[in-house]
Amino acid sequence: MGLNEIASVLKLIKSNPLSMLGIIIVATFIVIGVASPYIAPYPSDAWGYSYNLETRLLPPSPRYPFGTDEMGRDLFSRVLLGARFSLIIAVGVVSIALVIGVVVGLTAGYMGGFAGMVLMRLTDMFLAFPPLLLAIAFAATLGRGLFNVIIALALSWWPWYARLVYIQVNSVKNLPFIDAARIIGLSPVKIMFKHVLPNSITPVVIQAALDMGSAVLEAAGLSFLGIGVPPPTPEWGLLVSQGWALINSAWWLSFFPGIAIVVTVVGFNLLADTFQEVMDPRLRSTMVMRGM
Amino acid sequence: MLLDILRLKMYFPIRRGVLGRVIGYVKAVDDITFSINSNEVYSLVGESGSGKSTVARCILKLYEPTEGRILFEGRDVTRTRGRELLEYRKMVQAVFQNPYLSLNPRMSIADIVAEPILEHTGVGKDEAYRAALELLERVGISRELARRYPSSLSGGQAQRVAIARAIALKPKLVVLDEPTSSLDVSLQAQILNLLEDLYSEYRMSYLLISHDLSVVRYVSDRVGVMYLGKLVEEGYTENLFENPLHPYTQALISSIPEPDPAYGKLNRRITLPGEPPSAVSPPPGCRLNPRCPRFMDLCRREEPPVVEVEKGHTVSCWLYAKV
Repeated sequence: MGLNEIASVLKLIKSNPLSMLGIIIVATFIVIGVASPYIAPYPSDAWGYSYNLETRLLPPSPRYPFGTDEMGRDLFSRVLLGARFSLIIAVGVVSIALVIGVVVGLTAGYMGGFAGMVLMRLTDMFLAFPPLLLAIAFAATLGRGLFNVIIALALSWWPWYARLVYIQVNSVKNLPFIDAARIIGLSPVKIMFKHVLPNSITPVVIQAALDMGSAVLEAAGLSFLGIGVPPPTPEWGLLVSQGWALINSAWWLSFFPGIAIVVTVVGFNLLADTFQEVMDPRLRSTMVMRGM
Repeated sequence: MLLDILRLKMYFPIRRGVLGRVIGYVKAVDDITFSINSNEVYSLVGESGSGKSTVARCILKLYEPTEGRILFEGRDVTRTRGRELLEYRKMVQAVFQNPYLSLNPRMSIADIVAEPILEHTGVGKDEAYRAALELLERVGISRELARRYPSSLSGGQAQRVAIARAIALKPKLVVLDEPTSSLDVSLQAQILNLLEDLYSEYRMSYLLISHDLSVVRYVSDRVGVMYLGKLVEEGYTENLFENPLHPYTQALISSIPEPDPAYGKLNRRITLPGEPPSAVSPPPGCRLNPRCPRFMDLCRREEPPVVEVEKGHTVSCWLYAKV
């Protein structure tokens, strides 16, 4: 993405309140994710190392803004720390999937031939399954744990990036500057990484960054089903799932982590819409007409 | 001889269906033989689809020819690979039609020109960039521009950068594939003058691919005329332009606009009826026979032989063959 595009994204974000909201949510999510161990009011509650039976299941109050859980831990601290796990999972899933997707898509797209066909058919095979189902299968096989959740989601995720990279590479690989690189005598690997990839990666990276919202949601889904991160990790999906049993007496247990998930996902989606508008020249011209 | 093209054929298979069954071939280049001397400008002319760019891409080893041989300084390079291919690449470079598309938009001008130097010579980064800046200066690109990216250049500047990259390795042959046809007329002259200066300075050869006959006449030593994958006539530039033999060449040359209207009436315009037929199923015999104003029955039955009419001037036409 060139400077012009970045400038037009910024302009759009400034002019559109929903885009602005999206960027504020995503920025807050990242800041909390990084800083939560230091800003949580009850750090040991947040990590789940402590329990205090005297403060069991207290409703939200100024002292415990989100209430307390059945172990007497401050839910606010736990939800804050949950952002960190969601951030780790989202970044981990998307980067691993991106690396696999780029290698597969780039090789299949540039090299083509029999190997390329095999790689893309393999990709299609993965794409044929609903991604969450595939992730559940991987997660169930690998067992619980933060690392396993990331691997399971990344394995169900990479084919989308492989496809996207493949399509981009196919539109770039026949341009004259690729011929020029071949005439200079660069090796196929150098041409792929120095000339093809830099000119096809932008939409893929943007897509990946925006997919982090879905990664948060799916990780929460796995935890909710009991095949994600093990307790007492304050992962949002796990918190919702654990609160579920007490929903009649202590509504706040599922409510606040649930809200955290919804707000984060909505934030990423708003940002995604903004980028999509910028990337699509037809939408861009209508925005100019509307004076945006 | 610097480069010999011997009976070169390039057929592209046409595939159909899931299994990619081959249902025919586009005969883009069909049995072509010619040579380029050292320090010579050889031009290939012909209309779009005549196969001239395909010949260039075979020479540049972007395509693997279906049949035939390519000799460079007497050595067969048709199927050469690895180390030998790299040596060949050093000596044969190219400049393409669209200068913007032939420069990687993500690389700075200096990076683009330094790349071949870094790839082929053992010199360090500093040395390579110094050489790149010198080359850029030689083609008329200032140091300030060298830091910029292709999108901030004008068409003429971008083509100068492409030329600097092509001569960076001091090649013996540069393939110029329509190097001026996407530029304004005023810039065309500048680029052509630059190419001429470099030509005498570096003592290399050019293979110029063009459909602009006035340019070809101005710069070439020898010219080959292509029609539908065949070389129909070849000769020294003056001979060929003063005395075109093949009916196709005659039509082509009569289409050059006359700059001085006082001479305008001397040359009658010869127009060929219809359009060139498809290269998938070319007409039997001489390729031109359905459109030729001097068509004879023989032309449909047999392919014409190559006849040397005067020294270095050959034509492939039954009119000149002694039957």
